[in-house]
Amino acid sequence: MRILFPVHAGRARIAFVLLLLLSAFCLAPSGDAATPPDAPAVILIQNATVMTVAHGTIEHGSILIKDGKIAEVGQTIRAPAGAQVIEASGQFVIPGIIDCHSHIAAEAINEGSVSVSSMVNMEEVLDPEDINIYRDLAGGVTSANILHGSANSIGGQTLVIKLRWGQPAAKLAFEGALPGIKFALGENPKRSNFSVPGQPRRYPATRMGVEETIRAAFSEARDYKKTWDDYRKRVAAGEKNLIPPRRDLKLEPLVEVLEGKRYVHSHCYREDEILMLLRLAKEFGFKVRTLQHVLEGYKVADELAAAGVGASTFSDWWAYKVEAYDAIPYNAALMTRRGVIVSINSDDAEEATHLNQEAAKSMKYGGLSHDEALKLVTLNPAMQLGIDKRVGSIEVGKDADLAIYNHDPLSAYAVVQKTLIDGRVYFDREKDIANRAEIEKEKKTLTDKLKKSEKKPEQKPEEKKPEQGPKPPAASPRPTAQAGARLGGAL
Amino acid sequence: MKKKKVTRFSSPLYFFNFLCLVCLFGAPAAGAQIQAPSVYAITHAKIFTLAGSPIADGTLVIRDGKIAAVGAAVEVPAGAQIIDAKGLEVYPGLFDAVTQMGLSEIGAVGATVDATEAGNYNPDVVAASAISPSSEHLAVTRASGITEVLAVPASGGFDFGGSRGTLGGQASAIHLAGWTVEEMLIKKSAALVLNWPQIQTQTFDFSTFSRKEKPYSEAKQEYDKQVNELTDWIDRARHYAQAMDKGSVSKYDRDLKLEALASVVRGQLPVLVFANRARDIRSAIEFCDKQKLKMILAGGAEAYKVKDLLRSKDIPVILRPVLSSPPDEDDPYDRELTEPAELAAAGVKFAIASFDNSFARRLGQNAANAVAHGLSYDEALRAVTIHPAQIFGLGSQIGTLEQGKIANILVTNGDPLELTTEVKYLFIKGQLTSTENRHHQLYKKYAERPKAPN
Repeated sequence: MRILFPVHAGRARIAFVLLLLLSAFCLAPSGDAATPPDAPAVILIQNATVMTVAHGTIEHGSILIKDGKIAEVGQTIRAPAGAQVIEASGQFVIPGIIDCHSHIAAEAINEGSVSVSSMVNMEEVLDPEDINIYRDLAGGVTSANILHGSANSIGGQTLVIKLRWGQPAAKLAFEGALPGIKFALGENPKRSNFSVPGQPRRYPATRMGVEETIRAAFSEARDYKKTWDDYRKRVAAGEKNLIPPRRDLKLEPLVEVLEGKRYVHSHCYREDEILMLLRLAKEFGFKVRTLQHVLEGYKVADELAAAGVGASTFSDWWAYKVEAYDAIPYNAALMTRRGVIVSINSDDAEEATHLNQEAAKSMKYGGLSHDEALKLVTLNPAMQLGIDKRVGSIEVGKDADLAIYNHDPLSAYAVVQKTLIDGRVYFDREKDIANRAEIEKEKKTLTDKLKKSEKKPEQKPEEKKPEQGPKPPAASPRPTAQAGARLGGAL
Repeated sequence: MKKKKVTRFSSPLYFFNFLCLVCLFGAPAAGAQIQAPSVYAITHAKIFTLAGSPIADGTLVIRDGKIAAVGAAVEVPAGAQIIDAKGLEVYPGLFDAVTQMGLSEIGAVGATVDATEAGNYNPDVVAASAISPSSEHLAVTRASGITEVLAVPASGGFDFGGSRGTLGGQASAIHLAGWTVEEMLIKKSAALVLNWPQIQTQTFDFSTFSRKEKPYSEAKQEYDKQVNELTDWIDRARHYAQAMDKGSVSKYDRDLKLEALASVVRGQLPVLVFANRARDIRSAIEFCDKQKLKMILAGGAEAYKVKDLLRSKDIPVILRPVLSSPPDEDDPYDRELTEPAELAAAGVKFAIASFDNSFARRLGQNAANAVAHGLSYDEALRAVTIHPAQIFGLGSQIGTLEQGKIANILVTNGDPLELTTEVKYLFIKGQLTSTENRHHQLYKKYAERPKAPN
């Protein structure tokens, strides 16, 4: 996480009671959140500028979708009988955006009490009703890497989701995507910017300690793996009545890392800590899949390329802490030029709504081509997450995860018109706008009802109205208890 | 930067100018302006003056820091350094109306941050006192076409993590270049910051990392207490100002805080009121009305809900970035993005600002996003140039390209709000100013790193 204070974690429970009350009535912008949008089996998007990312751009092109997959891409495709036609003349279609660093759709982010929290799993705290799923969809995002926070040298287990707004948590997971685990280096795991008065510092408190923490954990994991390997060998050899080793839920995911069954996504900033982790990974024989933030990645780009590690960075964030002071907006371009697979991520629900724009900045800063820039938020993150056989470009056989814009998506003037996942339209700007009046009406009915019911009891009504969310102090109001403010104001 | 490619120097001073430029663009950020010819002519440019329709093939003459002439049939004065801007576009420099520029270097490192004074009432502290002219942020920010900003104390920012106080201090309008603060100053005291108190039933306690809740009645009591305190300050300031006017103030002990408030109660210095929620905005308007204070609203996430009131009271708004999350979960997803268009339609005067330091360079991006959601392009450009200038009483000095105005000028290869547009030349106070900065220097350094042995 880039933020200095773990406010995310608390956000979901803000004015919990009120939210619970209202969420029961489903006041979400898309209307009915409980049912997924139904999709016809066959869809033809026609007359669009199709930016395939993998094979160039097709002017006045068409995309045929069958059963959620891309069946055909080309200049002229005749609509099969019964197909739903999306007329997209003057519009631009790109592969759905993939956010390689996200904290949306989660009830909690940081298990910050210990520096190795590999036993916790983001999958267990998925929140399918987080409005940010919908908002990011409206920004063309179709898949996201849901990461644990960065308070720990070794953080929690992570997963990739598709932004299937309206579906239950169990349906969000990107089927077949390898799970991950979050690591973090530098200021956050050493708790430089966090302290609780009267409490001693938590180990590790230096970058030296962070290295030893990870080394110690993997030493344990290696021993643990050996214990299990030995046990299994003896069972296989036919030995009877063996007592299996006790399961260790903290070490199991690390064994999966050693076995290449779980990706490591490591938060990092400075060049020295980046190389430290690569050495450590070599020592234990595992791969680091992505470096997250990696704001000084440009300083050691050759080393990253040689290690075959992906880099997922910000477009232009800098100076929020010391380890971000050498951050430069040329980072993505410099690393790309040295052969690193680079993506631009959000780490923030709002930032995710304009990742297309953030990618465009690397054309200005470092001179990436249009296609290279677009890859930063499509094919490259797909490769980094090992899902590029399914998504990341517009190619026959891939999932029909698409974003349709009214202008070239690498412009600040482009607005998403439709977002499709698995060939279903999950976001439709026209429909969103058309539904607003009805949602307002529904909301008014509910708040009127609430006000009426509040007048009956003897209690002072104001006592029950939380006004403002917990103020993670910031220049702008964070998403807070919506009804709280309005009702508080009305009463 | 590919500056030289697009430039054809047709002046007889070609070689000298070339040397000047080499010096300029190679100079470290702090020495961004060197003594250069005081007369420039930008020729064959498409000029967007924002004071009339664009000039397709125009000339702009800069003399002694001011715009001497601008038009289609302007003659190039003898001895002027000529910048042939054929194919390029000329705009007024952008104005970011809420930043912590020069007051904050590295957000998380307190020792580098002078943005917010301790205590609730600091009307006497002035941003200009703490602005570091060699802050790296200045050079990075001006490279994206921002030539002047308001440095605003107690205005938060991306990494802000504490209380901001009620009367936060005086904001200073500065040029983003100069060897000293004196050289940078446009207006030392442009507004007094008032962070409107909020009724907070929930707060986050950073010492224990937990949320604290209190009943509404208690929170309301605290709010009332703060408003009463504020009222008391203003009342005392009014008496103090009266004493000052009568010349009797010397009979009393000098009070720096009340003295600072005197120009506020006289209606000379505007209050820059930070408020986002509709109810807070209404309360602030009522307060300023009653106290006869000149109000400028800052933030304004829900300004659209009180647009008619803002219009009728003639209160201008400095809008927070449109690239912000909507305040409420059930707001339309584009709630923030459409607000500028809505305010424009209602006739409310507004500027768009970054409210930040390291994100100041997203100013143009924010304005462009407002255009994508219904604001006219012309209005968007004004929201980051002439409108903030007018709102802070600087409209006659900067914000448009008109004769006599300070020459804060951009020469670009296109729309200055678009993500990929490059600033080719930058003039601040009529001086050709380097766009070189820490980021570009690091870029060059590491682009040239020899391939690492494997």
